[in-house]
Amino acid sequence: MKAKDGLLCGEFFMLGDIACAEGAICAGCRFFAGYPITPATEIAQRMSERLPLVGGMYIQMEDEMASMNAILGASWAGVKAMTATSGPGFSLMMENLGLGIMTETPCVLVNVQRGGPSTGLPTLVGQGDMMQARWGSHGDYSIIALSPSSPQELFDLTIHAFNLSEIYRLPVLVMTDAEVGHMTEKVVIPPVEEIELVERRKPTVPPEAYHPYHVEPGEWVPPMAIAGEGYRIHITGLTHDERGYPATADDSAQWPLVQRLVDKVEKNRDRIIRLEMDRMDDAEVAVVSYGIAARIAAWPIQMAREEGIRVGLLRLITVWPFPDEQVRDLAGRVQGIVVPEINMGQIVREVERCAAGQAEVISVPHPGGGIHNPLTVLNAIRRAAGRKTEG
Amino acid sequence: MGLKTNGYRLDKTLETYAEAEGLREEVYGRHPMDDLLRTERLPHIWCSGCGLGTALTCFLSALRKSGLDLDKVVVVSGIGCAGRVAGYVRLDSFHTTHGRAIPFATGLKLGNPELKVVVFSGDGDLVTIGGNHFIHAARRNMDMTIICVNNFNYGMTGGQVGATTPIGAITTTSPYGNYEYPFNISALAAASGAVYVARWTVLHARRLERSILEALLKPGFTFIEVISPCPTGFGRHNRQREGLDALRYYREHGVIRHGADLRETDIQLGGPLVEGKFVDVSKPTFLEQYHQRLDRLQEK
Repeated sequence: MKAKDGLLCGEFFMLGDIACAEGAICAGCRFFAGYPITPATEIAQRMSERLPLVGGMYIQMEDEMASMNAILGASWAGVKAMTATSGPGFSLMMENLGLGIMTETPCVLVNVQRGGPSTGLPTLVGQGDMMQARWGSHGDYSIIALSPSSPQELFDLTIHAFNLSEIYRLPVLVMTDAEVGHMTEKVVIPPVEEIELVERRKPTVPPEAYHPYHVEPGEWVPPMAIAGEGYRIHITGLTHDERGYPATADDSAQWPLVQRLVDKVEKNRDRIIRLEMDRMDDAEVAVVSYGIAARIAAWPIQMAREEGIRVGLLRLITVWPFPDEQVRDLAGRVQGIVVPEINMGQIVREVERCAAGQAEVISVPHPGGGIHNPLTVLNAIRRAAGRKTEG
Repeated sequence: MGLKTNGYRLDKTLETYAEAEGLREEVYGRHPMDDLLRTERLPHIWCSGCGLGTALTCFLSALRKSGLDLDKVVVVSGIGCAGRVAGYVRLDSFHTTHGRAIPFATGLKLGNPELKVVVFSGDGDLVTIGGNHFIHAARRNMDMTIICVNNFNYGMTGGQVGATTPIGAITTTSPYGNYEYPFNISALAAASGAVYVARWTVLHARRLERSILEALLKPGFTFIEVISPCPTGFGRHNRQREGLDALRYYREHGVIRHGADLRETDIQLGGPLVEGKFVDVSKPTFLEQYHQRLDRLQEK
C-alpha cells in the first residue's frame, strides 16, 4: 500500500534495517550519506532506492568519516539527514560526531552493532559499542542514544531520533544491532499525518541581530539559521562564543559552551528518557536491559515467575542519557538487579553506579556473536532472588 | 587627524568616511574588501610574509567580479592556517575538522544545489589528511571550487613535513631533509577528474584572481593550487627566510605554461615552478549526471 508523496503506509512484513530507512523517510529525512557495511548495508540500499522517489538525495561516500561530515553539511543546508553504519564505521564517525555536537547540528546516526573489537564478527550480533556511543568522541559532552528491540521499534525510534535531534540540536544515535536489523517482523507504518514530527526552530531576528549560539535565559538550544538564507553565519568546531567566533585564548567561552552542551541534554532528562516497565510493581528482582538483550530476557522472566520469583523488567529505550533516578529508585525497592547485555559488561557499570550498593547487581555478559542462553539469564535471576541455580 | 593607516593610503573619501563613522584614531584604515570580511575578527592570525592574505584577496576580488549572489556563496575550510579563511569572510562559512572540508561541502551542495560552495584550505588539510575525499570529489565532478594554498608544510603546528614537501626540504620533522616523494597536487586533481586545474604563485596575483573567477563560474569540480610563502614554517629552513625571498624565488623560477604536460610540473627545490591553467574541460557534473538518471526513471 502506498500513501501520498511516495511514503509507505499500512502493515508490512519488514526487515529491521528497511524499517529504519522507512522511518527516516517518514520523519522527513531527505539526505543519506553512507558507506556499505554489514549488517547496516540494507539501510543504505533502501535509501538509495527510495530517496530519489521522494525528492531526496542518496550519496555513497568514500568512507564513514566523509559520510558523517556529509550529513552535517546537508543539515546546515536545511535538510534532515542520516547515516547508518556498524562498529568499524562507527569508530571512523567519532571524529565528526564531535563536530556535530560542537556545532549543534541535528542529524541521525544509526549503528547496527555487530561483534567486535576491530572487524570482529561482521554478520553477527553485538552490543559492544554502548560506551563508545557515550564517550567515543573526544572531549566532554552529553549525547542521546536510543535502543530498539524490534523492527517496529526501530521504525518508531528512527522517527523519534529525528525529532530529538531537531529539538536539542545534536546528532542522535540509534544503537540497534544485527539481530534487530536483520529480523523480519510485522511493521505498521501509520499515515504520515498521524506521525508527530518536529521541525527545526529558525531564528526570528534579522541577520544583523542574529548570534548563532545565543540562547535566551531559561533555554538551552539556540534557533538555527542555515546556509544560503542571508544570515552569513560562521560555524566552527573550535570553542566559540555566541557569535560562533573562535574563542580559544582561555576558558571564558569554554565554560558556558561545554556546560550548555551537557545541560541541554541533562537538564531535559525527564523529557528525553523513555523506559518500559514490565511486572515491576511487586518485583523483588529486576532485569535491566535494552535492545535485543531485553527481548531475550522475556522468557527467563516468565520462567522465574513460574518458579515464584517476583521478577520484572526495566527496559531502557533511551540508554543515554542514562535514567539515573529511575534505576536508583528501583535499586531501593528490589534485592537484586540482573543486567544481561551482549558485551562484557558496559551498561551494568551505570546500573551499579546508580544502585550504589542498595541492591546486588549481577552482570550477565556475552561477547557477541550470539544471544544469551536464556538459562544463563534465568540462573542470574535465581541468584539475585537468593535461590539455588540449576543447569 | 592622525589616522593610523597601517600602510594603506586612504583617499579623501575614505578618510571622510572613517571620520564620519567616528572611528578616527582607532581606525586602521578601511580596506576595499571590508564588506566581505568579518572585520571584527581582524587582525588575522597569519604571519608577516605569509601568502594567505594575497590568496584571500584574490578570492574576494574574483568573487566580487563573479556576480554570484553572495548570500548563496558558502565557504568551507578544514584545519590549519588556510583553514582560518572561513572565519574571516563575511559569508556563510564553516570551519570543519581536519581534512574533512570537502565531504562537508558535498553535503551542503547536495542539500541545497542553489548554493555555490567554495572550499578554501591548505595542502596538508586537503591533500594529505583529506586526500581520499579530494580525489573522490574530483572523480564525482562534484560541483565545488577548491582553492588549495600550498606552502609545502604544516604551518600552524610549527612547520612539519607533509605530502607536498619537496625532496630535500628541511622541516621540523624532516631535520635531515625530506626523503619522501611529494604529491603534485595539480596533477593529482587532473588525474582524478577535475574539469578545471590551475596553479599560480601568490606573486602572480592577477592571474590567480582570473583563474579563481573562471573556476567559480565553471560548473563541476574546479581546482586552483596557490603556491604561497610560509617564512615561519617552511621558508626559514629552506633559503626563503622572508616572504619577499619566496616572492623573489617565484619571480626567478616561475614558468607560465598553460596546458602544460602535468608530468612536467613536479615541484623540486631550486627547480622551475611551472604554473598556468593546466586543465579546462567540460563534462556533466555529479548533479547533472544524477538528474539525467532520475529523468529517465520518471519517463518510464
